[in-house]
Amino acid sequence: MEFLLASALGVTTACGVYLLLRGRTFPVVLGLSLLSYAVNVFIFAMGRLAVNAPPVIAPNAATYSDPLPQALVLTAIVIGFGMTGFVMALAVRARHETGSDHVDGAAAAHEKAHVR
Amino acid sequence: MNHMVILPVVLPALAAALMLALGKTRPAVQRAVGLACTALLFAVAATLLAQAPSDMPQVYALGNWPAPFGIVMVADRLSALLVALTALVALAALAYAAQGWDNRGRHFHALFQFQLMGINGAFLTGDLFNLFVFFEVMLIASYGLLLHGLGAPRLRAALHYVVINLAASAVFLIAVSLLYGVTGTLNMAHLAERVAQVPPADVALVRAAGLMLLGVFAVKAALFPLYFWLPAAYSSACAPVAALFSIMTKVGVYAIIRVTTLIFGGDTGAAELTSPWLLPAALATLVLAALGALGAERFTGLIAYLTVASVGTMLAAVAAGGAAALSGALFYLVHSTLVIAALFLLAELLGRQRGIAADTLRAGPALLQPALLGLVFLLGAASVAGVPPSSGFLGKLMILKGTQDATAVAWIWSILLGASLITLVGCARAGSILLWNIAAPQPAADAAPARPGEWLPLATLLAGAVLMVVFAAPLKRYADATAAELLSRTAYIAAVLGPGQDRAPRALGKGGGT
Repeated sequence: MEFLLASALGVTTACGVYLLLRGRTFPVVLGLSLLSYAVNVFIFAMGRLAVNAPPVIAPNAATYSDPLPQALVLTAIVIGFGMTGFVMALAVRARHETGSDHVDGAAAAHEKAHVR
Repeated sequence: MNHMVILPVVLPALAAALMLALGKTRPAVQRAVGLACTALLFAVAATLLAQAPSDMPQVYALGNWPAPFGIVMVADRLSALLVALTALVALAALAYAAQGWDNRGRHFHALFQFQLMGINGAFLTGDLFNLFVFFEVMLIASYGLLLHGLGAPRLRAALHYVVINLAASAVFLIAVSLLYGVTGTLNMAHLAERVAQVPPADVALVRAAGLMLLGVFAVKAALFPLYFWLPAAYSSACAPVAALFSIMTKVGVYAIIRVTTLIFGGDTGAAELTSPWLLPAALATLVLAALGALGAERFTGLIAYLTVASVGTMLAAVAAGGAAALSGALFYLVHSTLVIAALFLLAELLGRQRGIAADTLRAGPALLQPALLGLVFLLGAASVAGVPPSSGFLGKLMILKGTQDATAVAWIWSILLGASLITLVGCARAGSILLWNIAAPQPAADAAPARPGEWLPLATLLAGAVLMVVFAAPLKRYADATAAELLSRTAYIAAVLGPGQDRAPRALGKGGGT
């Protein structure tokens, strides 16, 4: 399970970083989302991996999983979701104002001619 | 338990909610309420500052859960000083914004209060994850404020600013959860104890987490090579927002100071962690920022680079180590925040009287109030460049004296003094162009004089910088005490976790059953 989780995290992060470095806003937003997924699972994994272990006190539970990372990840998910929504709105607005979805707001010359 | 400690967070939060409710009322009402709330915040912060020297750091356990199980807010000397500084700059920025800027977009006042809540929370929190949360509160409000008034350049700068900060937040979360995974705690005082006790096998993980934290805070503080977002963002923000933002890079500096002195300070195994990186990065920041200031095309761009240069100066002193250098850095921090905030306000007033030339460094029409603006410029620029007897001079002198025993003293002194000279040339160039290089003898048709409501906040900030010179001795004593408190760590840890003897170190490597 550790190997599966670790490689999944690694691949997701790599994809996220690659997309983050693209020039258009949409891949950048996707990259940020992928990155935050990987981070959220990573936070979760820092409470150690456990199967069938309740996080709160339960009768006849042999082991417990760490409840704190689960609370942390909830906070991180909420914040990440809000931020993604905001950057999405910002990207759309920037597309309208600058006439380009490039992160620098500068479309190539032929694209500009096409847009106008 | 002193409830005063939580007030700098609760007060702006309530004020922001109130502002949202008042969103549709007349601007005068919103301004009055906003200014009243910020003035109240200033009173609270001043009280905290007055209480700070008395004894131990004041600890507020949220919900009365004892640390390290609950979240704590800690007001030590450093936090109290920075909260008071924030309140002062906020008051001036809001008074300036109340002259009309707040009406150019929606929810300015609510965002402003949320921003204050985030900044104060970041300064006061004693919990690493809570620091992340307050960073996010501060950032999301700053995104809104940066966009205030809209316009294509502002949107472009905001997009960069948002994306780089979101990426930094992701790294922050990785570092925080890694530290939690190794040490099993997020309370900063508790972390300080636990990091010293990590088994040798896990030291590499702690070091990785520590360096990631440094990287994240370097983004917030605008340290080389992570400062490229700052000039565009700060120079495109509207004047009162840019003035408030002058405290935001200081949040990054504060976080670096707090984490390196508290968590990775003392004789922990990871003590030598940040110093090999921080000093070269800070000196490189200083060089590049000075060059940026020299080559700036707009006055706001120049001030943005001055912000970066101030961060380089402070962090070079912090990285050099020692109580005297740290104390100098703290003195310089207060000075640079006040003066840079004042310069951002001045840039708007200057730009408004120069017609289409605005704040670009080109010849423009004659100014309406050359004497007033010129005097303010002279005060601000001399102070920021470190001409005696300004507050900037005293701050740099303290840093130079504090670093004279450091191993890299030749590098620090030569770069700090060289950068000061370049900054001085940059400021002189900007001043001579803005004030003396007059293309047309008549003022521009749309020139508007600075109203008292606009230059009074500006004068207040500069008066603060002048008072720093007059009351340099008590301030220096306070900074010395702060540095000693930061470096000894014991008072902070004891205040948060209680006296240490009865707290046997528990075994690390939690999660045995999982």
